[in-house]
Amino acid sequence: MSDPTTAGDGAVATATANDALAVEGVELAYRVRGIPREVLRGVTFHVRPGEAYGLVGESGCGKSTTAYAALRYLPSNGVITSGRILVAGQDVTDMSERQLRNFRAREASMVYQDPGSALNPTLKISSQVIEAFTILGHDKDEASDRALDALRRVRIADPEKVMHRYPHQLSGGMQQRVVIAMALACDPQLLVLDEPTTGLDATVEAEVLDIVRSLRHEMNAAILLIAHNLGVIRSMCDRVGVMYAGRIVEEGDAIEVFEEPKHPYTIGLLQCLPRHGARKTEQALFTIPGTLPQIGTSLPTCVYVDRCALADDLCRNEVPPVVEVGAGHWTRCHHVDRLDEMPEPTVQVVQHEGRTDVVLELSGVSKTFRVHGHDVPALVGIDLGLADGETLGLVGESGSGKSTLAKSMLGIYPADPGGEIKLDHVVLAGKAADRPTAAMRAMQMVFQNPDSALNRAWTVRRILRRAIRKLTGVGKAEADRRVEELAEGLRLSPRHLDMRPRQLSGGLKQRVAIARAFAGDPRIVICDEPTSALDVSVQAAILNLLADLQFDKSTSYLFISHDLGVVRYLADRIAVMYLGLIQEVGTTDQVFGGPHHPYTEALLSAVPSVDGEPSERIRLTGEIPSPANPPSGCVFHTRCHRFIEGTCDVIEPPVVELEPGHLIRCHLPVDELGKVEVGTG
Amino acid sequence: MSVGSVDPQVLGPEPAAGPVFDARGERRLASRERLRLLLRRPGFIVGSLILLFWLTCAVGGDNITPLDPLNDFDVSLQPPSADHLFGTDQLGRDVLSRVMAGARDVLIAAPIAAVLSVAMGAMLGTIMGYYRGWVDEVLSRIIEAFLSIPVVLIALLIVSALGASGVIVIGTVAVLFTPIVARTVRAATLAEAQLDYVTAARLRGESGLFVMTREILPNVSGTLIVEFTVRVGYAVFTISTLSFLGAGIQPPSPDWGLTISDTYRLIQASFWWPTLFPALAIASLVIATNLVADSIDTVRQA
Repeated sequence: MSDPTTAGDGAVATATANDALAVEGVELAYRVRGIPREVLRGVTFHVRPGEAYGLVGESGCGKSTTAYAALRYLPSNGVITSGRILVAGQDVTDMSERQLRNFRAREASMVYQDPGSALNPTLKISSQVIEAFTILGHDKDEASDRALDALRRVRIADPEKVMHRYPHQLSGGMQQRVVIAMALACDPQLLVLDEPTTGLDATVEAEVLDIVRSLRHEMNAAILLIAHNLGVIRSMCDRVGVMYAGRIVEEGDAIEVFEEPKHPYTIGLLQCLPRHGARKTEQALFTIPGTLPQIGTSLPTCVYVDRCALADDLCRNEVPPVVEVGAGHWTRCHHVDRLDEMPEPTVQVVQHEGRTDVVLELSGVSKTFRVHGHDVPALVGIDLGLADGETLGLVGESGSGKSTLAKSMLGIYPADPGGEIKLDHVVLAGKAADRPTAAMRAMQMVFQNPDSALNRAWTVRRILRRAIRKLTGVGKAEADRRVEELAEGLRLSPRHLDMRPRQLSGGLKQRVAIARAFAGDPRIVICDEPTSALDVSVQAAILNLLADLQFDKSTSYLFISHDLGVVRYLADRIAVMYLGLIQEVGTTDQVFGGPHHPYTEALLSAVPSVDGEPSERIRLTGEIPSPANPPSGCVFHTRCHRFIEGTCDVIEPPVVELEPGHLIRCHLPVDELGKVEVGTG
Repeated sequence: MSVGSVDPQVLGPEPAAGPVFDARGERRLASRERLRLLLRRPGFIVGSLILLFWLTCAVGGDNITPLDPLNDFDVSLQPPSADHLFGTDQLGRDVLSRVMAGARDVLIAAPIAAVLSVAMGAMLGTIMGYYRGWVDEVLSRIIEAFLSIPVVLIALLIVSALGASGVIVIGTVAVLFTPIVARTVRAATLAEAQLDYVTAARLRGESGLFVMTREILPNVSGTLIVEFTVRVGYAVFTISTLSFLGAGIQPPSPDWGLTISDTYRLIQASFWWPTLFPALAIASLVIATNLVADSIDTVRQA
């Protein structure tokens, strides 16, 4: 521990012998082509028994590496060069392979992001869960009893039935519960959760987090939670460490760190999020300039110096001290007293003209898929209008039909005959290929995953030039000129044009994808979760960009997202979908302000927020039913907390207009509809 | 941007990951890195050296053989000695010289057949994988029917019906390998066609032909290269088999398969060398191409 800063941490966080996890001055490097590249630069923290500790930071900051190092699950080129890691008093760094195996079987467990790949697809759930117990030395009968208990503990309603299924027959939320049940089999001292709910819907996420929270109190296991969602960390953890470039820059009580951050990086991260009901018409989102340094970069003084607004010569020349700013709350910064000089997000007041000219109008649009000879209705009689320059947010759980709606609009899935899609009052053909070029040009799409959306064999220039030429029909020279213009408008520098997608960062790739969508000056751009694969700081930049493009060109957006904060920031109106039906539609203020449809109410209350939990939680139980066999009456009645027997399960609910433009599909009288207090901060 | 003017530094172009980027230099670096990885694999080195040796023999022909492979008659059936390292055959010709010269015909025919089969297979495979539906269904059944009959058997039938010229042998082998290539390319295309860039292309009204040839094909080129190297190996084997059965390259060529068929009866009289050395030559060439193919495949997927 030659690094003076490492010693500094030790002074703040005093180690005790009975810590569940003690990480002390760990330096770790990955050997790439024979050269060791530093990933962790002296990480020190302690997790007490029964405590939940969260690690946050952008992707690439070393948080997952830290989690894996805690169990010494490292790739063959990963070497811990200094420091030690104690789990329940045992040093993991100098265990033999045999001791390590025994340790992992009995003392610590890990839950990964993707439960689908954590389970063996060829084995039934029963044999996998039972194995977790037989390894511990239980005989077959006892193990299978315990396995059933374990599944009951993670609130699987019908464990006998689940035991006889294969992993692919379970939903993502169910799979993750099974994985958690297996992880808890050995009653571990330490449970490491690496982005356990990232691929799950907000409602399922809330349920899984509930389970972990209640089990934590039962088991007294210490938890190390890695998540990029700050709301999840706040709702789950007692203490939190903010990581940047392989070093913890701030640590303290979770609520205190999020309410009163004391490191410029933490402040930046929190400001990137659309919080407290922020709207695009009121302020641009803050973005952290630059990107995370590559692994192995030499950072002798403050790790954050290159991106910090407060950085001066002192920061460049001297290692920042560890400053204690509260009980157990410290930060590693020279300028704790100057934090109020941090730039604030720009306030902008944009007059939102109440535009009424409808660009796109859907009336009675349905889409039925034929699967194995059965009709599966994915969209049922959708009526929806999109005004010029407006953003319509589309929310709902996965399987609710959001993407199908987008693809039917675009003509990728031709809608059923009977409905109408009108662009500028002209009825469009169902199939994209049958539509005139002008109609194709008018509607473009930005996809969720830019890696899939960009042809990896093409250069950025070729991708953009082809889109321009095909959509606008201009000549080669003109197209080349417009490529440069387009790139400039999207803040892509000329040198990016000759690169291929894999040479670009995630945020840059998404910019290229957006540039391509804007190549033919579209009237409508459909954005399908465009920021869900990105870090918050990059997300903020992309959202700002989308807002700017819209103000400039008066483009309409259909914006699909599961992140309600993002939808609230960007959308003028919001439509809530469930099982192929629009359950509620209204302006953003109407939908967030209430009264809500019971489903909207549940969605709003499920979201873990950095600003604290909503006062009342409505738990949606079970999963979204299969559209092949939708429930009778109101399709939501099977999961509704305001279900009226004899009405909701028999009669299809009417569409009620609560206020002009605010429509709800529900039997309940207006004064019995719920209201959720959200994000008022 | 008129509205939302934020500090330009904040919204300025995001620097690419890493130090200063030079796109072309970066790409050159990537291919050099791949070459470096290849050169680290012993299988690749051994395979390439063997291939290089046979290529030299094929190009050099009787200019580099120790003796004339066709017209230099010595005492027949001498065992391997200092004069004749591999011995002499039943007509007294030098076996070493004949094995070296025998590389030429097969090394011309096999790669041509492989190129043709990959070209036709790629065409079929992309059509099947891109259009799916009944097109795929019909073609898949035809391919399965084709694959259920032994390759050599049909080859023998075709060649005996049409006559054994070089063009016909090459064409036959190419046609017979096409379904196998098509199946592999179809699988690769199916995976590509799921990706959003294909949807994006359709949304701007690209034709099926454009999407297949310009968008998808460059992304399955790795599969095609591997498929080509593997097919070269099999083509060597198949062409030699045909020659052995008398349906391929005709005498007096020193072709390996042909030589084996001329001499294998002598093994019973314990004259093993005129047969063993051409057989080893075939084996070494097939193994060498497979070593190279495997290495390329592994490095590509790394």
